Amino acid sequence: MTDSLASIQILYEGWILHALVWLPILGLVHVMTSAGERAKNVAFWWSAAIFVLSMGLWWTFDAGSGGFTLESSTSWIESWGVSYALGLDGISVFMVLLTTLITPIAILGSFEYVKTRRRAFYALMLLLQTGVTGVFLATDIFLFYVFFELTLIPMYFIVGIWGGERRIYAAVKFFLYTAVGSLLMLVAILYIYFSSGTGSFSYGAFLAADLTMREQLWLFAAFALAFGIKVPIFPLHTWLPDAHVEAPTPGSVILASLLLKMGTYGFLRFLLPFFPGASQHPTVVVVMLTLGVAGIIYAAWVAAVQPDAKKLVAYTSVAHMGFVMIGVFALTVNGLQGGLVVMISHGVSTGALFLLLGMMYERRHSRLIEDFGGIGRVAPMFATAFVITALASIGLPGTSGFIGEFLALIGTFETHAVTAIVAATGVIFAAYYMLPMVQRVLFNKLDKPENRSFADLSRREMVVLGPLVALMIWVGVHPTPFLERMEPSVQVVLERVEVARTAAQRGAPERMLADPGVAEEADSRHMTGTADEEDQDR
Amino acid sequence: MILDYSSSFHYVLALLPEVVLSCWGMLVLIMGVARRREPGHGQELGWMSLAGLGLAAVANGWLYWGVSEAGAAAMIAVDRFRLFANWVFILGAALSIVISLSYVTRQKLQAGEYYSLILFATIGMMFMGAARDLMIIFLGLELMSIGVYALVGFNRRDRRSAEAGLKYFLLGAFATGFLLFGIALVYGGAGSTNIHSIAGAIQSGNAANVLMVPGVALLAIGFGFKVALVPFHMWTPDVYDGAPTPVTAFMAAAVKTAAFVAFLRVFVVGLAGVYDQWWTVLWSLAAITMVAGNVVAVAQSSVKRMLAYSSIAHGGYLAVAVIAANDTATAALLFYLLVYTVMNIGAFAIVITVSDQSESNHRIEDYAGFGWRRPALGVFMTVFLLSLAGFPGTAGFIAKYQLLLGAAEAQLWVLAVVLVLTTVVSYWYYLRVAWFMWMREGDETSEAVAAAADPPLATHVVLVLCVGLILLGGIFPGAVLDLAIGSAEGLRGVMAGATATLAP
Repeated sequence: MTDSLASIQILYEGWILHALVWLPILGLVHVMTSAGERAKNVAFWWSAAIFVLSMGLWWTFDAGSGGFTLESSTSWIESWGVSYALGLDGISVFMVLLTTLITPIAILGSFEYVKTRRRAFYALMLLLQTGVTGVFLATDIFLFYVFFELTLIPMYFIVGIWGGERRIYAAVKFFLYTAVGSLLMLVAILYIYFSSGTGSFSYGAFLAADLTMREQLWLFAAFALAFGIKVPIFPLHTWLPDAHVEAPTPGSVILASLLLKMGTYGFLRFLLPFFPGASQHPTVVVVMLTLGVAGIIYAAWVAAVQPDAKKLVAYTSVAHMGFVMIGVFALTVNGLQGGLVVMISHGVSTGALFLLLGMMYERRHSRLIEDFGGIGRVAPMFATAFVITALASIGLPGTSGFIGEFLALIGTFETHAVTAIVAATGVIFAAYYMLPMVQRVLFNKLDKPENRSFADLSRREMVVLGPLVALMIWVGVHPTPFLERMEPSVQVVLERVEVARTAAQRGAPERMLADPGVAEEADSRHMTGTADEEDQDR
Repeated sequence: MILDYSSSFHYVLALLPEVVLSCWGMLVLIMGVARRREPGHGQELGWMSLAGLGLAAVANGWLYWGVSEAGAAAMIAVDRFRLFANWVFILGAALSIVISLSYVTRQKLQAGEYYSLILFATIGMMFMGAARDLMIIFLGLELMSIGVYALVGFNRRDRRSAEAGLKYFLLGAFATGFLLFGIALVYGGAGSTNIHSIAGAIQSGNAANVLMVPGVALLAIGFGFKVALVPFHMWTPDVYDGAPTPVTAFMAAAVKTAAFVAFLRVFVVGLAGVYDQWWTVLWSLAAITMVAGNVVAVAQSSVKRMLAYSSIAHGGYLAVAVIAANDTATAALLFYLLVYTVMNIGAFAIVITVSDQSESNHRIEDYAGFGWRRPALGVFMTVFLLSLAGFPGTAGFIAKYQLLLGAAEAQLWVLAVVLVLTTVVSYWYYLRVAWFMWMREGDETSEAVAAAADPPLATHVVLVLCVGLILLGGIFPGAVLDLAIGSAEGLRGVMAGATATLAP
């Protein structure tokens, strides 16, 4: 019995990653060949089947030493040393599962919202799933880049064709913003390719590249711009409110839950391991932490004054991603794990919020907070789901948001106490923008006659929201299965940073170090240096 | 078989594709006169010209796989660099002819002259690709240019076509003068018009600098005009806009290829010794071309004119390959030109389909809602645009990537950054067509345009072929890319051989 189970597992592990990437394409072909009305069902069942398949990873995944498992690699473009290489580790496994979970939910959630040109819509959704899954599974940098860019096209069309009033503006802005960053990253990738001298684009070859601090800082900047726009980090976030608000509900869900994760995933997967020196360079760390904190607080303030509920939720994404950024650049196990949990939690709770807002819009054709009020009385199920989701989003203990933000803050506190304390105020601000919105929509007086006929959740909508709500509570109450699966891989990332730090301490005294005390010293040295120069000038 | 140029018959063999095509071109011309009164002769002549190109392709294949040459100093190269370029010329001419088939009938053009001019211009291009001697380049250039001048002004009933023809002729003649003067000065400096002898003279220090410097500058201007580098691009938008659309496609693809192939051979092989003198000049020209071509394309409201400016921008990208001057970049140039031919002619085929007899409907508004009205054509156009923009998954990306590899190998990092940033600008205007096609609802005019857009079967075949090649080249580029890389090494092989023979 166990033997046959083991052989099934081996069989499963042999093809599952390829299946996850390419099955959506088969589904796409099926969708294109089915009649318009049936397209939505076809798309849903394909993505649901893919989700069921992917669930096996939850049990078969063995974190092991934290490196890649289920690796497979075939030569793709031989003359460049590019291979079609996929692999899974404790960081990507959650992102992949999130993708396979969110896609069918977003598709199911779009049944009422998307009424025109269904075939094209669902084909693009499945194409998007291939792109996103590929991003999270690729272990060849070239392959990663191709998938990273591939996600842009379907999203561009989803926003541009099925979006709201200013859809074209939003779609183009989204596209151009992201493209600027990723094309500069392409040049940086080429630079590493040439300096590694291995003639290969594999992840391992890129890790082996020996880069000086100066090179690392430049390359870090190029990569950080690409991923920072995607995340988005504070000053680069202006595309996000437009794209989120104008996108159709399923587009917003995918955008928030999955596409933003590609940016933070990039930081964890590529930036820290490729440029361990630059990642702990005190200036870099200070800048990244500051931007993270700025994002948390700025986004919270802006969110608080939004009349449009969808825009409010869009800004909360910026705040949540700020928590991920400080967690990552705390460079501690807790910080990185916290960042990852925030990524999962945000994917689930913000996705659910966008779905809920979509349902409100379908019923009332408005997203303005002031058009609602007292919904809780006429639609109790809806209100329950809304409240749980909102609480998870602001990080109430017992929900997924709490675990993530708490861990990220603890991790940050270990190395940068002040940053953590300032960032922690963001949690209060989160309550400040989210709870009044909940109150004005769900409670208050039921004073608008149109709202009396506000229908409660249909059975389809319960199926859409159920798994998400359950997941918010599961992660909030019992996060251990998540944490233990991601820990080894997080350790691997940190060890690499650690090795670079000790090497720097031993080898090159002029290289500045991440230790805050030394950083201060370095800062003061820098300041005296400037003073000296000024003296000379005089 | 090994070609030995001591036998003049072997010279004929080395020029087999050109010989075949020359005979065939005259045959087409005679047939055109003989059968001019018969209805439907336009189509027949078109297919006949295609058959001729097929024969030339067979001859070229024989040279490519079955023949090698002995000695390198001949006037005609039989290296794979030339033969790969020949594939591009033949493909470009063939695709242009297929998309002309219905166009020629619709516009009532004289088919015999039209097709034979395309064939003769193609022969001129082949000579430019084959030349190891500046004089042969000049002859090829003239043969090509005169054919294309006539083609641009071919639609006598259209004022814009006539204007474009005249403009192209006057400016082109002027630029040819520059080129010829440059050749004369280089000959004075190096004592030879043979590219390898020039390289040898420069290497051994026998070239007179006072003549070489202005000579090289004038050569750069002459080629810069033909490949439309800014600021020598002024003719391009008007000529591309005014010329009959299939001719525009032919020019943008094949003429550009010919000019670049000769450009690369003269500068990278012949003038390698004075690289220090010309690379900064070309560097600035390439950077300005990329920036100006892309930025001005943004402002265009006509799709045909937008494609003209985009062609200038692509010229800027390709100039990077000349500056990089290594095998990777040479392979990139060959591969890029092949891909560019396919995607550009594909895009022009859609433009022809959308336009009507009066050559109007080039406005971008005419494309509103086109995608939903004609889904297949809309998807094809989207693929062409994405490939022109160099988006992953299309051959355009692979080509651009190989180009970046070449630039990176030559440490041209700033140029690489300019290339990618201007590429972002290009996303704007390529996507703009996509957003009109898919995201705007069509008004009455554009609905009528879409309803009338019904290309003949031959155009459909071309479109499917082009899309197939672009996707194949984007997803499984291995075979063609290796072919291009192998062909580029051919150039270096001869270079090494030439230095070996000239060194003692």
